[in-house]
Amino acid sequence: MPKITFPIEATHILMFARAIGDPNPVYADAEAAKKTEAKGIIAPPTFAQAMAQFDPEYRLRPKPGQPWFGSGRTASGIEGKPASAGGLHAEQEYTYHRPLRPGDVLTSETKEGKVWEKESKRAGKLIFRERITEHRDQNGELVITARGVGVTTERPVEQK
Amino acid sequence: MALSASKLKVGDKHSERVVDNLTRTQIVQYAGASGDYNPLHTDEIYSVHAGYKGAFAHGMLTMGLTGKMLTNWVGDARLKKFGVRFTNQVWPGDTLDSTATVAAIRQENGEHLVDLTISTVNQAGQEVVSGHATAKVDP
Repeated sequence: MPKITFPIEATHILMFARAIGDPNPVYADAEAAKKTEAKGIIAPPTFAQAMAQFDPEYRLRPKPGQPWFGSGRTASGIEGKPASAGGLHAEQEYTYHRPLRPGDVLTSETKEGKVWEKESKRAGKLIFRERITEHRDQNGELVITARGVGVTTERPVEQK
Repeated sequence: MALSASKLKVGDKHSERVVDNLTRTQIVQYAGASGDYNPLHTDEIYSVHAGYKGAFAHGMLTMGLTGKMLTNWVGDARLKKFGVRFTNQVWPGDTLDSTATVAAIRQENGEHLVDLTISTVNQAGQEVVSGHATAKVDP
């Protein structure tokens, strides 16, 4: 997969912190953040996921002129079985070397990892796919390693 | 305020209510901030069409909410590792409580570390996220 340039921006951190309902000033208030142990604004621990914004090919963002699988005139803009019916997130893990700060410009490279299968009563055959993303900063230093596992289900997960 | 290895013991816990009555609007906020616009999370009509009872939260929103409990306890810029498994879906209207439990206190390369197990449960007591984290603590 091509490398993604992922600029870390203060406004994006502010929006992300709001979305997770975290009023911690270390994510939003530069003056207050200076007085903390972090010594300035940092990003919340799961912020690296927002790399999706900078992935030109990201599948889960509508693109002008292309059919989108969400609803419009009809329940799905794509005929037939919903394409993403089974694509869900199974696991996520981050290893941190240092916090992300506004002004960092990451180069993020994702590699495919292991693939495995499992039978599930609630969703049929499950196919798990692991992806490892290394986020390196402007100095080439590894700052975060992200390990994600996606699962494709045979049918929608049965709801308990 | 940082935690201190000398004051922690295995089994110590910290819990927080990380969201009370999750709204669809918060899920939309998360879609916008993270860039994950999967309509399963924000588009009730599509989600029903796809076989679900309605739109449900991004797993990563639940991880983000859980992370808030962690950073409130261990402090800012202290995490070394944070990993979760998504064990059940989170729906609009859910109320989630996250708990971290001390599993080990150890030293590595001269740093004091605490290993935590993590669990987030919904109002029915069903686990939605299980996980682990490691954080740097003071001596």
